[in-house]
Amino acid sequence: MIPAPFDYQRAGSADEAIAALAEHGDEAKLLAGGMSLLPLMKLRLATPAVLVDIGRVRELSYVRDAGDHVEVGALTRHRDLETSDVLAEHCAPLRTVASEVGDNQVRHRGTIGGSVSHGDPASDLPALLLALDAVFVVRGPAGERTVSATEFFRGFLETVLEPDELLTEIKVPKTPGAGFSYQKFQRRAQDWAIVGAMAVRNGGTRVALVNMGGTPLRAVAVEEALTSGASIEEAAERAADGTDPPGDIHATPEYREHLARVLVRRALDAASG
Amino acid sequence: MQVELTVNGGSQRHDVEPRTLLVQFLREVVGLTGTKIGCDTSSCGACTVLVDGESVKSCTMLAAQADGSEVTTIEGLARGDDLHPVQASFHEEHALQCGFCTAGMVMATVSLLDEIPHPSERDVRLGLEGNLCRCTGYHNIVRAVLAAAEATR
Repeated sequence: MIPAPFDYQRAGSADEAIAALAEHGDEAKLLAGGMSLLPLMKLRLATPAVLVDIGRVRELSYVRDAGDHVEVGALTRHRDLETSDVLAEHCAPLRTVASEVGDNQVRHRGTIGGSVSHGDPASDLPALLLALDAVFVVRGPAGERTVSATEFFRGFLETVLEPDELLTEIKVPKTPGAGFSYQKFQRRAQDWAIVGAMAVRNGGTRVALVNMGGTPLRAVAVEEALTSGASIEEAAERAADGTDPPGDIHATPEYREHLARVLVRRALDAASG
Repeated sequence: MQVELTVNGGSQRHDVEPRTLLVQFLREVVGLTGTKIGCDTSSCGACTVLVDGESVKSCTMLAAQADGSEVTTIEGLARGDDLHPVQASFHEEHALQCGFCTAGMVMATVSLLDEIPHPSERDVRLGLEGNLCRCTGYHNIVRAVLAAAEATR
């Protein structure tokens, strides 16, 4: 399978990438690691006329301590997240979830910004960034704006990013001493989650779901039940409330709802241990 | 467009379409057919090669993205008749049956042992999760990887 023909441009900097997007508009797509976009192009589900390769924009590859949060450059690869000393000290959940993405080969190429911009509800990192209340920094021709994780994901493969905008950085609050667990259910080790559930216990409790609707979701009903004093078992029964899980070759919506309840319970148990 | 990269130590400069995949470049332009195309959807790992020392699935990378990089394929491992230690241990431990996944398995193993020189069995099984084998049930492959790690201790 080979992508439809396109013009290829390599951007040397974030500004060059934004200029290329301004020139080509809707016709152009940004290429980071290519782990999501290239498969879509090979299947001809995406046929951009211009591909702007930002894979070598090194200025957007970093993980740094910024006081109460960690700044992660959008082009930081999963491999660099899962081996990051800064994350080990200040945000272990991000390191853990990055190590669950795909497989070694995918993590050598794929980037956090690519995963987030793709907006796939079956991806691991968007749900975590939602649970952690991360903030996305977006740059366009008119300058920079910040978007909270709750605002960022709009629908299936749809985010607030405009065609001429580039995600440059993700600000992730530090989670010192937080209990954390990610329960990912899949048929083959490297697959997307059929359903995933993650719990962050850090004073309060945040629960997020992978592949239970058009976007990554917070399990609000579970969080509220816990706040009202429900046990983990009771709260986990609410895991599928307000979700709209897809039915596909892997699972029916009903089975996904069952998985959500079981995985949320396991995640809460593990994060409390 | 012009793409120039180093393949197994030699420079390869060719005029290709931008949509040329790295695996096509290697197999059809350079003529190195040791790298296999299996699923063609970045699931099976048969097309694994090293780009600047790290394993990647060459069916899901453009040749243009590898421009200027050093690529190593299965053909680049042995030194004359001397097999690379990973190749030798796959041979010794009978880590293959039909052999279709083997080039990718070996390349993924070389990258894994570079990152984790002395892996546990669990490290090996997790480290090779991106490579599928439909013959062996994986046990001999895991043994071969552990043996290769031991051989270089």
